[in-house]
Amino acid sequence: MRGSKPMTASALALATAWISLAASQALGATLTVKAGESIQAAVKRALPGDRIEVEPGLYKETVFIDKDGIELSGIVRGGQWPVLDGENKLNDGVLVSGHGVTIERLWVKRYKGNGIMTQGSNNYRIAYNVVEGPCFYAIFPQFGKNGLVTHNVAFGSEDAAIYVGMSDNVDVVHNQTYASIIGIESENSHDILIENNYVHDNVVGIATTMLPALPVKSSDRIIIRNNIVARNNMKNTAPPGAITAGAPPGLGILVLGTDHTTVEGNLIRDNDGVGVMVSETNFLVTTPDDRMDPFPDSTQVLRNVFLNNGSNPQGTLRDLLDIAGVERGVDVLATGKGRDHCIADRLALTTLGTRNFADCAPGTTSAAVASMQTAKPVVATPFTADQKGRLTYLAVCTGCHTYNSKLVGPPMVVIKALYGKDEQRLADYIAKPVRKRPDYPEMPSQDYLPEDIRLAVARYILSELSH
Amino acid sequence: MRLLALTAVLLLGANGAHAASFALADHCPPSFDMAEDGRCHLVSLYQMYTAAPGQGGLRVPLPELKGSYTPQQIDLGRLLFFDPVLSGDGKSSCAHCHHPDLAYADGRTTGMGASGEGVGPARRQGDVLPRNTPGLWNVGFLGRLFWDGRATSLEEQSVGPLFAANEMASTPDHVRQALAMNPEYRRLFAQAFQRSANQPIALEEVATALAAFETSLVSLNSRFDRYAHGDDRALSDSEVRGWNVFRGFVGRCTQCHVPPLFQSDDLAAIGAPPVPGQPYDQGAGVLPPADPALNGAFKVPTLRNIALTAPYFQAGQFAQLADVVDFYNAPRGHAVPPGAKVELHWHIHMRQAELPPQDVADLLSFLNALTDTSMSPQVPTAVPSGLPVIPRLHP
Repeated sequence: MRGSKPMTASALALATAWISLAASQALGATLTVKAGESIQAAVKRALPGDRIEVEPGLYKETVFIDKDGIELSGIVRGGQWPVLDGENKLNDGVLVSGHGVTIERLWVKRYKGNGIMTQGSNNYRIAYNVVEGPCFYAIFPQFGKNGLVTHNVAFGSEDAAIYVGMSDNVDVVHNQTYASIIGIESENSHDILIENNYVHDNVVGIATTMLPALPVKSSDRIIIRNNIVARNNMKNTAPPGAITAGAPPGLGILVLGTDHTTVEGNLIRDNDGVGVMVSETNFLVTTPDDRMDPFPDSTQVLRNVFLNNGSNPQGTLRDLLDIAGVERGVDVLATGKGRDHCIADRLALTTLGTRNFADCAPGTTSAAVASMQTAKPVVATPFTADQKGRLTYLAVCTGCHTYNSKLVGPPMVVIKALYGKDEQRLADYIAKPVRKRPDYPEMPSQDYLPEDIRLAVARYILSELSH
Repeated sequence: MRLLALTAVLLLGANGAHAASFALADHCPPSFDMAEDGRCHLVSLYQMYTAAPGQGGLRVPLPELKGSYTPQQIDLGRLLFFDPVLSGDGKSSCAHCHHPDLAYADGRTTGMGASGEGVGPARRQGDVLPRNTPGLWNVGFLGRLFWDGRATSLEEQSVGPLFAANEMASTPDHVRQALAMNPEYRRLFAQAFQRSANQPIALEEVATALAAFETSLVSLNSRFDRYAHGDDRALSDSEVRGWNVFRGFVGRCTQCHVPPLFQSDDLAAIGAPPVPGQPYDQGAGVLPPADPALNGAFKVPTLRNIALTAPYFQAGQFAQLADVVDFYNAPRGHAVPPGAKVELHWHIHMRQAELPPQDVADLLSFLNALTDTSMSPQVPTAVPSGLPVIPRLHP
């Protein structure tokens, strides 16, 4: 017996992307939230494509957006911001799982967890926000593809101020981060651009990391370019259990186990430990993970400006330098077993452990990469209504129905005979079933399925289903 | 009573003993569809979404099931799963400890194996096993099995309990002989594996069939899923707040229990409490080659159907979900006995979570919204050996 062909990846790619369209065409309404009102209540009312404008004022709530295509936009008037205040009591400021969501111009402060977090969102934009600690991560896009984090000011994080976790195709540009354990971090992510940021007065400036025991097992293609990385000498106050607790102060840029990391055009100055460090994962975290490669490969340290780094190395950096018999920190320090690195301007720099770095070919530059975002929005739901009808029948209805025998509910051949071509009548029954057969239990309502899907399921049953 | 594809026609033999004629299903179980390769492939609403591999979130695709099987292999596995014939004493089937009415677990602190009588918490007189019996919903997605993660496929896992002296106490010879003596099984194996009935039944075929059946145990239609797919009425206010606690970064539960499966293949030392009177269970740390960094590390279990699988943790240390939440809400490492060298997973709260009582209550509400057994397979009323099938616990 042969069944129907399952959906292929190419079939997925062909279909339409209603979500990103809805978001980009701005067909939606504008909802306004005034001081004293609830932002979440507006989110609840909003439909994909809508814009929510938040007036200046104080908002003490967690805002979560589990729908697509919402633009949450603060209005700053006469220097007055809309302020989300967790008062050191609420967990997180803004939580997003929807795709195509914008979070902009909010002042988010004093949340115990994260200030602004996306989880599983694609095509997001986090822009022009101020996120103030104490908090865990100020801005944390996690699990998602194609995002922009720009023009934010983030400070006072107990870990990274801006943390890109297990994400793909994200630009982190034109932000200022300070007074945090790490200014900007990219963890187990791919195709990340960290550019034109001002990262200062943290424990560690910018870090790209390959961390163990996470569901994403690689970290690749990261560009750190044209940032000002200065005075990252803050005392490390991370709690003892945190992996950042072992991070020595004075590190400008840390490449930890990631592959194809490019460091180019940065102004790296007055970091008291080391300007750039290339190391393996266990410099910070020793949890074993047999499914990942902890060694950094193919790092390019291209032309950067190093000024006055290394005047007071501390902690594990001090230990490493002591082993090498070196008093002062260096511009570039490498440890571990990584391969295929290169360095430019070697003679202008103080270096340690870079003997296995080749000289980068003259003219090597990442300049051709202007952005790591995808050329087009990621298609979130590439299914036609008919395809969704089939999916829903198989994923939901088959728990109780088979084609030609009694399971919990009656066989579909009976239903087909009963409804003929009347899709609407069957769709209506699916939403509001009534007990018809004494020898069967009453069917539970399936009205959680959207109306168009109920109709698509009915069409699938009446027109397509044949075995 | 469900009637899937199998039609068990009971024939009364001349001596009064039951013999049965079994037909294997020729179509896929609920939520599976047959592809051109003749195998059953999962169909789920999460296929509507795209994301990069490994990434979690609310509307993201599922990881792939590790194996795909034919309808006949799945249905044969179902008969084997419920047939005590595989066990050494012919009294216990897989289902005696992985009971369908207990979310394919047993409701006990730790399992009860060889020589046991009965099912679930009432099972007695058997060997007491050192670890808790895991439920089997969504087990087909896992790349590590057993609490310490020592198996990497269901096929490999399935014969573990079968041949363990303190569990099903069987042997390869016993399995081969018991099945070879049964004409029904000879016929059904030949059909499921498309070979002659004259060939002997291979252990690999038994393992494949059991893995096939277990892979069909899919739970993806909870109220949480309805919420994920867009119905914001599917969860109560408390459950939604609990979801926010769950994914937020004070709770940070999603870091290991990655949605939408709420599990991961990682081993995590979370600092579980010891069992009084027993040495501290070092979990994956003592598997060869012994790795002290994995001391006390166990596989991250799924939270799907978690409300149905009490008690919790690898030795059932916690009777209720509320106890588990309290454990995580207490300071990092508080339950590790002095002297036990455990390197706690770095995602265990760096500071005490200190979730207030309302957050804890909401989190518990949320965990109760992950329940779905709508794709339960039919429990056979009879199996080819003629041995009794497990009693049902609630009709």
